[in-house]
Formats: sequence, C-alpha cells, structure tokens
Amino acid sequence: MVTEQQVWNALAEIPDPEIPVISLVDLGVIKSVDVSGDQVRVEFTPTFLGCPALEVMRDAMAERISALGATPEIQVISDDAWSTDRITSKGRERLRASGFAPPAPREVGGPKLVQLQSNAFRCPYCGSQDTALENIFGPTPCRSVRYCRSCRQPFEQFKTI
Amino acid sequence: MRDQVQKILEMADDELILGWRNSEWTGIAPLLEEDVAFSSIAQNEIGHARALYELAGRELGVTADELAFDRQPEEYRCSRLVELRLVPDWAATIARHYLYEQADAERIDALKQSDDLKLAGLAAKIDREEAYHRMHAQMWFDRLGDEPRLAAALEELRPLVDARGEHTPEFLELWEEMTSVRRSLAGATW
Repeated sequence: MVTEQQVWNALAEIPDPEIPVISLVDLGVIKSVDVSGDQVRVEFTPTFLGCPALEVMRDAMAERISALGATPEIQVISDDAWSTDRITSKGRERLRASGFAPPAPREVGGPKLVQLQSNAFRCPYCGSQDTALENIFGPTPCRSVRYCRSCRQPFEQFKTI
Repeated sequence: MRDQVQKILEMADDELILGWRNSEWTGIAPLLEEDVAFSSIAQNEIGHARALYELAGRELGVTADELAFDRQPEEYRCSRLVELRLVPDWAATIARHYLYEQADAERIDALKQSDDLKLAGLAAKIDREEAYHRMHAQMWFDRLGDEPRLAAALEELRPLVDARGEHTPEFLELWEEMTSVRRSLAGATW
C-alpha cells in the first residue's frame, strides 16, 4: 500500500512544465495529499487561473500516482490559497540560480505599481539592486520583465501574488 | 447561490469577450512590450472566465465549455463596452482597459464578501491577478495623460461599462467566429 510520504516524494519529482528547474512541491501548488486505501486524493492550487500548464501538471500528478499503483483523484482548488509566499526556500534558490528573480514577499493590500517601479528588486545574475521595470507582463502570466542597469542584462521577475 | 449565478455569468461573459478582444492585439500592438502585455492579460481574463463558468456550471448542471460556446447570442450577458472591436485604436483600447478594470475591481470586491465561500475564494484569487491589470491600466492612463484622443474615448465609452441586454453588431460577428468550431461538430471538446 502506498504511503503519504511516497506520494509526496513522487510529486517532488515533477518539474514545473514552464520553469522545469522547480518542482511542483517546491512551487507550493500541492495543498494536501490524502491517502485512503489505494485512493490518493491531491488538492492542487493553480498559480494563475489562465496558466496553460494546469492540465499538464494535473495529468503528470495523476500519472505518477498511478505508477505507484494507486488511484489518483486530483482536485483543483480555485481559491486564493496559493500565493507566491508558498514557494519553498529551496524553490526560490533554484529559481534565482536559473536567472528567474524570486518573488518579493506578499504585503498587505497586494503589490503596488510604485513598488514595482522602485529599485527594491535584485538582479539574479549580479545581485545589483539597480534594476528597472521593463514590462509588468512577461512570457507567462506569472512573470514580469526587468532590466539590470548594472550588468546590462534583462531578467524575468516572478510576480508576487 | 442561484440568484448569484446570473451575476457570475455576467462577469464570466465580460472576461471571455474582453479576453478575445485583447488577444486581437497579439502580433500587432504598437510596442513589443504591449504585444506581450495584452496577450498575457487576455490569457488571464479567459482563465477567469473559465473558472467562473465552472462555478456557475456546477449550479446549472452544464460544463464551462457549454456555457462559453453553446449559448445563443442573446443569452450572453456581457456589456457593450467589451464587445467593441477597437483594433487599431490604441487610445480607445487604453480607455476601455482603464474603465473596465475600475468597474471590475468594484465587482470583485463585492464578490469577495459573498457568503458562498467558493465564490468568495475565487473572487479573491481573481483579484490577486487583476491587481497587475489595474497597475498596467493605470500606467497607461498616466502615460497618455491629457491626450485628447484618450479623453474623447473615455467620454464615449463610459456609458457602455454596464450597458447590457442589447448586443452590438460586432458582438454577433465575434460570436459567429468564436462558436464556429463547436457548432461545426456537435459535442466536440478540446
């Protein structure tokens, strides 16, 4: 019979389909795992509602659980349970090492334009805070584009949500 | 919940149709950054529409796709503001974006107070994403400042923010295109 830990371990091997350096567990999108006999129920909280990778993630989870010999039930939870604050410290470090600046901590009242336009964000390549907002939006809904004036390199900043 | 279903559908229809209209800038926006921005906003809006249709669909016993694509034009509850095809008028596009995000924020705030926890939770989730749309709209509103074309477009579009019931001819064209695949093959899903 499959244990809860085995399920978590299996899910930790699934890379994010769009940012494969981080696993679904480190992304913090798995809210709970519940094992009952050979039934495994996973509560999955999407990052962005319009993210095209949602189905891919859901199917990958179901596949891994089936491979453990259990019957998966993946429940998508569309509430505000997920925040970028749920990304683990290991996940944040892996993002940074791959050139994605990790999200700033969430503040009361949510993000503000004045904050995005400030120099409070650090370049993931050289560590400089002399960076500017290029575009609130980026290649996927979860990312913004910034430019480092110090090493003259554009980089992707994970949005705080 | 049931009396709220009409309100949810109103919002879902707004988000779907506006998402469609925003996506018309993909590839042809005046700046590359805006090509990316409007495409991303469109993707978010359609994601919100899907989540809202799923919620309403559970009450009504239908799927999100059926609500999005299988209704007759007169059954859609979107406002005339989102129906208009504004490409290639950038000032009018920014005016609509600004007006819509303002009105949408009020609506989302009200839904966040709902007694229905699923609806309140979804509204809170949508709000987190919309915060970036609002910032983008505000940035362009400030940037265009007292540009007369923006002022004229705001004046023209403001009365349409909550104008519902009667559709524009442009909506009927969009509906034809949007539903053509589903109508061509009964029961098809993608």
